[in-house]
Amino acid sequence: MTLASLHFSPGALLAPLVDWLNANAHPLFAAISAVCEAVLNAIEAVLLWPPALLLIALVAGATFLAMGLRLAILVALSLGFCLIMGLWKESIETIALVTVAVSLAVSIAFPLGVVASRRKSVEVVLRPILDIMQTVPPWVYLIPVVMIFSLGRVPALIATVVYGIPPMLRLTTLAFKQVPRDLLELGQAIGAPPRDILLKIELPAARPTLLVGLNQCILLSLAMVVLAGLVGSGGLGGEVTRGLSRMEMGLGLRAGLAIVAVAVLLDRLTRGTLQRKRRGAR
Amino acid sequence: MKQKDTAEILIDCQALWKIFGDRSGAAMSAVTQRGLTKTQVLQEFDCVVGVADASLQVRRGEIFCIMGLSGSGKSTLIRMLNRLIVPSSGRVLVKDRDLAGLNAAELRQMRARHIGMVFQSVALLPHRTVLENAAFGLEVQGLPKPERAKAAEAALRQVGLGDWMQRYPSELSGGMQQRVGLARAIAADPEIILMDEPFSALDPLIRRQLQDEFRQLTKELGKSAVFITHDLEEAIRIGDRIAIMKDGAIIQVGTAEEIVLNPADAYVADFVAGISRLHLVKAHSVMVPVTEFLKGSPGRDIAGLITTRPEADIDELIGLTVRSEDGAIAVAEEGSVVGVVTTRNLLLGVKGTPAAAPDTGIARRA
Repeated sequence: MTLASLHFSPGALLAPLVDWLNANAHPLFAAISAVCEAVLNAIEAVLLWPPALLLIALVAGATFLAMGLRLAILVALSLGFCLIMGLWKESIETIALVTVAVSLAVSIAFPLGVVASRRKSVEVVLRPILDIMQTVPPWVYLIPVVMIFSLGRVPALIATVVYGIPPMLRLTTLAFKQVPRDLLELGQAIGAPPRDILLKIELPAARPTLLVGLNQCILLSLAMVVLAGLVGSGGLGGEVTRGLSRMEMGLGLRAGLAIVAVAVLLDRLTRGTLQRKRRGAR
Repeated sequence: MKQKDTAEILIDCQALWKIFGDRSGAAMSAVTQRGLTKTQVLQEFDCVVGVADASLQVRRGEIFCIMGLSGSGKSTLIRMLNRLIVPSSGRVLVKDRDLAGLNAAELRQMRARHIGMVFQSVALLPHRTVLENAAFGLEVQGLPKPERAKAAEAALRQVGLGDWMQRYPSELSGGMQQRVGLARAIAADPEIILMDEPFSALDPLIRRQLQDEFRQLTKELGKSAVFITHDLEEAIRIGDRIAIMKDGAIIQVGTAEEIVLNPADAYVADFVAGISRLHLVKAHSVMVPVTEFLKGSPGRDIAGLITTRPEADIDELIGLTVRSEDGAIAVAEEGSVVGVVTTRNLLLGVKGTPAAAPDTGIARRA
């Protein structure tokens, strides 16, 4: 027996599966594609409909009312920066993509995380899967996704969701495990139905850690959305890819700085919610 | 005491066992079949016996204290009374209904309506105001907001927190937080309140104050309470009856006086050794029958003695004895003299030896 005969190639096993899916489940993927595109288009249309300055004023105003002056100024500056970089449309596309990806990731990760916090067996099964999801380089799983959905925003979205799920799921599990035992006991002792225990005791107690998870999910999703410029996600990631492929230092730098601005914006907004709630609980 | 014995039984525990561990089922059946001890269960099955064969009855209007050191199983026992912990064996009847026979919804109803609970850790929700915390039990029962606010306000007034309703728990001292916990329990108007070492974490002065207030409030409202404590003095201050637990088993149940005067074993005797008898031991325990008194001092005029009630405690008797000319006090019930307390009886009572059995105390010491 030679070493070559032991050679193992998982791709050889997976490729037929992807082919089969492509051939037989095409209508399903087309439908998923269509829905994702429609949602993305709708969000972009709404955000791009008002003049850029008006939108910035609106968002900054809302931030001021909800979280105070400092954050409002920060929001205005970061969005304004995207505008003067001449990348307004691309920035909005990126924000739309991140928003949809994060919503999907949270709606998958949150319930799984809650279940994992209650059932040790689920957690044991999920943990290695999450490890793989986080450590396999994202380009690798972009390949089958592109094979199925072809180039464009949908594979970018799906890859981003896959990347955003682990941090949210892990921190959801942690958040629910950290709920003080005596509060859970209280819920049972007063005869609270399970729904009330979840919504009125566990969720408020888990909230700070959940928001940290959301924050991580958003920032990692943003990083992935940028990477997914490689598969035609458009937005700021697309500009970075274009700058790289044409060796245009100026374009790459502008897009890169705009990404920083968007990251700061999203990060501070989620952290602002977290800190505001902490103060409220005092 | 006689009336109490006929009052309705609210909680009836029959031979409760709780064994913790992966093989608790096997351990339980081994215990019932072979009668293993706690140590044998640990060795053979790697299981811990939490509560062993505990039976007790709590009657309407009674404050029942369970006293034991940490690890004696008292917290496990109280959690089986509302089935927060499921017994390994035995039955718990609350208001004549077997808790094991209730489905999930019925059990929730039972806990919500009939069994309140107060925790050592207080367990207040930090993001809710005092009022919202006190109303929380009613909220999860689905009561409309105005009604539950009204009940919670009334409960908070009863525990003296009328001015603090809009504050958050972190703004309150430990004693006040525990009052909120009590208000939350009584707001739902349950017949039974389970108190799991509620005052243990408080400093002594506040603790005493809360003990007296709790006893008064419970009696006023006509509630029954099961009160867990590791402090015998607390149990004596609060409890109508006291159960003493050791290693998961109840070793003695009785009134404070019964336990102090007749400890069931050396362990209990050790516990009560330091307890002052002044307010515990009553005239009826130290008096001698009239005939016996007359045997000792024939021809004495019983009618000429200072008289008192059978419930008069030693403190009171000392006061009377000091004022009396001949050091003898007649104990009268419903107009007729039932016994006499002499100075000798009184001193034996202070020492902790019941008059009826003057030798046992000495024998036990030896």
